[in-house]
Amino acid sequence: MTDTDNDTKPDPDTEPAATGTTEVDVDPDTGAKPGEVAPGIPADPATPAANAVVEAAAEGANEALGTLDPTDDGGRPIVEAGAGAGNWVPEGAFGDHGGSTTGLSNVKMGMWLFLASECLLFGGLISTYMLYRGRHTSNLGPDQIYDIPFTSVSSFVLLMSSLTMVLAVSAAHRKDERNARLWLVITAVLGATFVGGQVYEFTSFYREGLGYTTSLFSSSFYTLTGFHGVHVTLGIVMLLSTVFMLRGGRITEGKKAESIEIVGLYWHFVDIVWIIIFTLVYLIPA
Amino acid sequence: MTDVTATAPADDHTDASGHGHGHGHEGDGFSAEEPGAHHGPSDIRLIQIAVVLAVVTGVEVLISYVDIGPLFIPGLLGLMVFKFFVVVLYFMHLKFDNPIFRNLFWMGLFLAPLVFCGALATFHFFSP
Repeated sequence: MTDTDNDTKPDPDTEPAATGTTEVDVDPDTGAKPGEVAPGIPADPATPAANAVVEAAAEGANEALGTLDPTDDGGRPIVEAGAGAGNWVPEGAFGDHGGSTTGLSNVKMGMWLFLASECLLFGGLISTYMLYRGRHTSNLGPDQIYDIPFTSVSSFVLLMSSLTMVLAVSAAHRKDERNARLWLVITAVLGATFVGGQVYEFTSFYREGLGYTTSLFSSSFYTLTGFHGVHVTLGIVMLLSTVFMLRGGRITEGKKAESIEIVGLYWHFVDIVWIIIFTLVYLIPA
Repeated sequence: MTDVTATAPADDHTDASGHGHGHGHEGDGFSAEEPGAHHGPSDIRLIQIAVVLAVVTGVEVLISYVDIGPLFIPGLLGLMVFKFFVVVLYFMHLKFDNPIFRNLFWMGLFLAPLVFCGALATFHFFSP
């Protein structure tokens, strides 16, 4: 007889090993009969020997990965022995990050790696500028064309966009999606203001006669600041895309805060690059 | 023997996003923790940090107009490094994040100046 009484329905969160072995004749959700394993759920070994094998494998994995401690307090083994009953690793056992063996988000790890490589990119561009900043015509050098007050305001705007970005991340962690979206939009507006200022600056420099090929100084300057501007522009695209995806529900509930945090990492990175450019390029004279 | 448990790492102190005692979001984005439970800097503290950064930027600009002699370049570089690390540690939460992320970033960050100082040296950039 089929028993569809909800009181007898096993709770998949608390009784994973009991699936298919309860008093229910036919599982109302999966249709599995007694003795059968529900579709999509690996069989429960349910034998001491099988459990011992799983435990031994997990212990070996923990020893092998012992040097990669993903915790700050170092307390937890990376592999949790096949999640106890030895039947399957429950959803979220690796933090919902696609089976990351470090227990960390692969996406976040990838972003940090990307930012580390970006350090090398901007390091190269800044070095090139430092090398060639003195190679200019007599009347079109850094001291003649830079407008420090204007660039200082641009720097302030970008710095404040970092504040609004981190407030967006903070709101996201509080599950305050409305404010998170608001801060993201404000961040994008501040970023667009910065890019607009850069376009204005480039235009005024060009009108003064400083073209891209005018001198080695101009080439290295436009390349460095232009690359940074492109990064800011891409950041704005990422911010607005995130806002639209949040509004459209295209980011799953469990990924929202992390998605905003990843975009935030990129945004803060372009800010710290500008902190260096502002000092080395604009404030320290050639 | 290995501790056998069905508890997901999401219940641990370190979440899967890598925050040791950072935000407390459990790697699942908007977690089930109470709203407002936030182990990183509070919003007020973040605003205070931003005000400090703005003031430091103002000091940088001021220094560029005032003659402070031989302290000019070291002073500007010092303020630049201060701003850089404040943003990285607090706004990027690296201070509260997992050591693996920290090491990844420091690796790229410290490798870059070493490589490019070497490159500049080949062009006699540091020669008088």
